[in-house]
Amino acid sequence: MRSRRSRLMLLLTVLAMVLAACGGDGGDATDSTDTTAGESEVTTTTADSGTDTTEGEPEAEPVTIEWWHIQNNDPGLSLWQAVADEFMEMNPNVTVNITVQENEAFKAALQTNLQAGDVPDLFQSWGGGGLREQVDAGLVQDITEPVSSWEDELQPAARSMMEIDGALYGAPFDLGIVGVWYNRTLFEEAGIDAPPATWEELLEDVQTLKDAGITPISLAAGDKWPAMFWYAELALRLGGAEVMQAAGVDQNFDDPAFLQAGEEIERLIALEPFQPGFLATPWDGPDGAAAVLANGDAAMLLMGHWAPGTIQANGPDLAASGELGWFPFPALEGGAGDPTDAFGGGNGFAVGRDAPPEAIAFLEYISSVEVASRVGSEANLLPTTVGSEDSITDPNLVEVIEGRGEASYVQLYLDQAYPPEVGAAVNDSIVTVFAGTGGPQDVVDAVNASWE
Amino acid sequence: MTAETVGATPRRKRKWPLLLAFLAPALVVYVVFVLYPIAQGIRYSLFDWNGLEPLTEFVGLENFGQAFGDKVFRGALGHNAIIVTLTLLLQLPVALFLAVLLDRDLRGRALMRLLFFAPYVLSEVVTAVVWRQIFRPDGLLDAGLSAATGTQVQGLWIADPSIVLYSVFFVVSWKYFGFHMILMLAGLQQIPDELEEAAAIDGANWWQTFRHITLPLLGPTVRVSVFLAIIGSLQLFDLVWVMTGGGPVDASNTMATYLIDWGFRRSQFGYASAVSVIIFGLSLVVALGYQRWVLSRDVDGALTVGGA
Repeated sequence: MRSRRSRLMLLLTVLAMVLAACGGDGGDATDSTDTTAGESEVTTTTADSGTDTTEGEPEAEPVTIEWWHIQNNDPGLSLWQAVADEFMEMNPNVTVNITVQENEAFKAALQTNLQAGDVPDLFQSWGGGGLREQVDAGLVQDITEPVSSWEDELQPAARSMMEIDGALYGAPFDLGIVGVWYNRTLFEEAGIDAPPATWEELLEDVQTLKDAGITPISLAAGDKWPAMFWYAELALRLGGAEVMQAAGVDQNFDDPAFLQAGEEIERLIALEPFQPGFLATPWDGPDGAAAVLANGDAAMLLMGHWAPGTIQANGPDLAASGELGWFPFPALEGGAGDPTDAFGGGNGFAVGRDAPPEAIAFLEYISSVEVASRVGSEANLLPTTVGSEDSITDPNLVEVIEGRGEASYVQLYLDQAYPPEVGAAVNDSIVTVFAGTGGPQDVVDAVNASWE
Repeated sequence: MTAETVGATPRRKRKWPLLLAFLAPALVVYVVFVLYPIAQGIRYSLFDWNGLEPLTEFVGLENFGQAFGDKVFRGALGHNAIIVTLTLLLQLPVALFLAVLLDRDLRGRALMRLLFFAPYVLSEVVTAVVWRQIFRPDGLLDAGLSAATGTQVQGLWIADPSIVLYSVFFVVSWKYFGFHMILMLAGLQQIPDELEEAAAIDGANWWQTFRHITLPLLGPTVRVSVFLAIIGSLQLFDLVWVMTGGGPVDASNTMATYLIDWGFRRSQFGYASAVSVIIFGLSLVVALGYQRWVLSRDVDGALTVGGA
C-alpha cells in the first residue's frame, strides 16, 4: 500500500512540474491571442478608413500612425474618427489606425504593449506620475524640438501637463480646473449675495448656510479623491506652485504648507458642513454627492469640469435652470500661493518612441484651432489651444475656462501626479482627517512613508 | 482482502496506463489552474513588484513582515475574526432555531422556507447594491424607522466607522442564514421520529428532547455548517467591496478587500501576493485543522456504522 501511494505521489510531482512548464507556455499563448484580437480590431478600422488611401497617388512612402484613444462614446468617438479621416485625405500616404478602448481596458492593454516594447505612436495620457514612468523607461519621444514652431499655440498650463523636466512628450487636448459648484437659490435663501473671494469668507458662508438650515457642502468622501481636492486646493494656496512642484521632485510632504492645509481642513470640519453620512457617500449614483447637490440638499460642491454632466445624470438639471453657479477656489490670506493658481487635470496624447514625424504632424492638426474648437463645441471637453476658448458657450464652463486661462500654474490631481501607491496614500490619509481618526501630521507621515 | 492483494500486483501494473489516461484531464486542469497559480502567488510574494517590471527586487519575507506590521491589515484580520465569531454566535443559532421551527407542522411552512432561503439565491453584488440603498442616509431603513417611531431617525449605518462592520455582518447573516437553515432542516429530517416519541414516552420535556436527542443527532450537519460559515467569513469579499469598499477609513476592510486595494489600486502586486498567501495559509490551516479534529468524528462514526 505504502509503495503504491508514494509512487503515485512521485508521478503527481513529475506531472506537476511538467505541466507547470506547459503553464508558462500557456500564458504566452494567451498573450499572443490577445494581440491578434487587438490587431484584428485595428485592421477593421483600417479597412473602413483605408479605402481613401488606396485610391490616392502613392507619391510619398506610405506611413502608418497607430493612434490609441479612449473617447469610446459619441460625440468624442465620431469626432476623432472624422479628424483622422480628414488628416488622411490631406496626406494620402498616411494611414491612421485607430484603436479605441474604454478607460480601464485601455490602461490594461497599454501596460501590456509598453511591457512588450510595442508602443503606439500616439496614445491617451494624463501626464503626471504615469507619463514620468514612461519617460524613465524610454517609451515616449521628446518632441520639444519638432513642436517648437507651434508650441505657443498650446495653453501654457495645459502644455506643462505633458512636460517632464522641461521636455515635451505630447500635446494636451483637454484641461479643466477644479472649482466650487454652488446652488444660487440656496445661496440667496441664506442671504449670501456673492460667492466668497477668500477662504475666511467661505468659512463664514458655511456658518451662514448652516444657520439658515442648509447643508453647506456636499462631499463624496466615500470615493476618497473628492476629499483630497479640498486638501490639495488648500496646500496649493498655502504653499504655491513652487512648493507643490518641489514636493513631487523631493518626494516628501515636509513643507509646512502640507501640515497647515490639514489644519485648515480641520477648521472646516469643525463647522460640520457636510451632508449626513458623507464618509460613505460616493461621487456618482443616486446616493452620490452629485445627486445631493442636484436635489438641493447641499449648497456647494468642490469638483472638476465634469460636474454639470454628473449632476444632470443624477437629478434635476441645475445647469439648465440657471441655478448652478461656479467660482474658483478662494484666495487664502497669508498663503504663498497665487490666487489664480489652479488645481485640475485633463487629457493629452503622448508620442511613442518610434513614432514617425507624420505622427507629430497629425498631433499638430489635432491641436489646431479648428479641430480644438470642435473638441470644445462637439465633445464637451475644454480645449487647450489658444483661440479655441470661444467654442465653449455654457456660462459656467466659460468661467472655468477663464479661470484656467488666468492660471500660470495648474497643479495636477495629487493621486495622478504621483505614483499609484503614493496617490492612494494621499487619498486614504486625508479621509482619516475628515473622519476624525487622523490628524494633519498623520497625512504628512503616511505620504512620506509611502514614498520611501 | 489478502487474497486480492496477492493476485493484484501484476494486474495493477497493467492498469497503470489506463489509470493515467483517465486521470490526466483532471490532473492537467488541477495543476494548471490550482497548483500553478498558487506557486506563482508564493513566488511573487517574495518580490517588491509593481506588476509591470521584470521580477528583480527580491525582498524575501519582508512583504509578510510589512503586512503584519500594518495596523490596517491587522484591523482587517480582526474584522474577519469578528465576523467569524458573530456568525457562529448569532447567525447559526438563529438558523438552527428557524430550522427546528419549520421542521414542525406549521401552516405555510413551504412558503416560509422559500422566503428564508430566497436571499441566498441573490448574488452578493446585487445584495450589496440593494442594502447600500436601504442603509443610506434617509434611505428605506431610516424612513421606516422614522415612520415607526414618529421621530426623524437618521442612522449612519454604513457611514459611521464604529457601526459599519455590524451592518455588514447583518447583511451577511441576512444572506446566508437561509442556506444554513436549509442544511439543518435536511439534517433534522434525517432524525427518526421514533426517537423523539420514545423520549416523550419517557417523560422528557421539549428542551430535554432537543438537548439530548435532536442536537447530538444533528451534530454532523452543524459541524459542516460551522465549517462552511468559517471559511466563508474568512474569504468575505464581494459584498463588502460593493457595499462599503472597505470604508469608511478602513473600518469594514476584510483581508480580501485589503488585498485588492493594494494590488489593483496601488499596483503593489508583490505585497498583495504576500497578503493572498497569508489568507490562503490561514484558510488552509483552519480547514485542515477543522477536518482533522472536528469533522473526523463524523467520519469515524460513519466507518463504525459501516463496519457494524
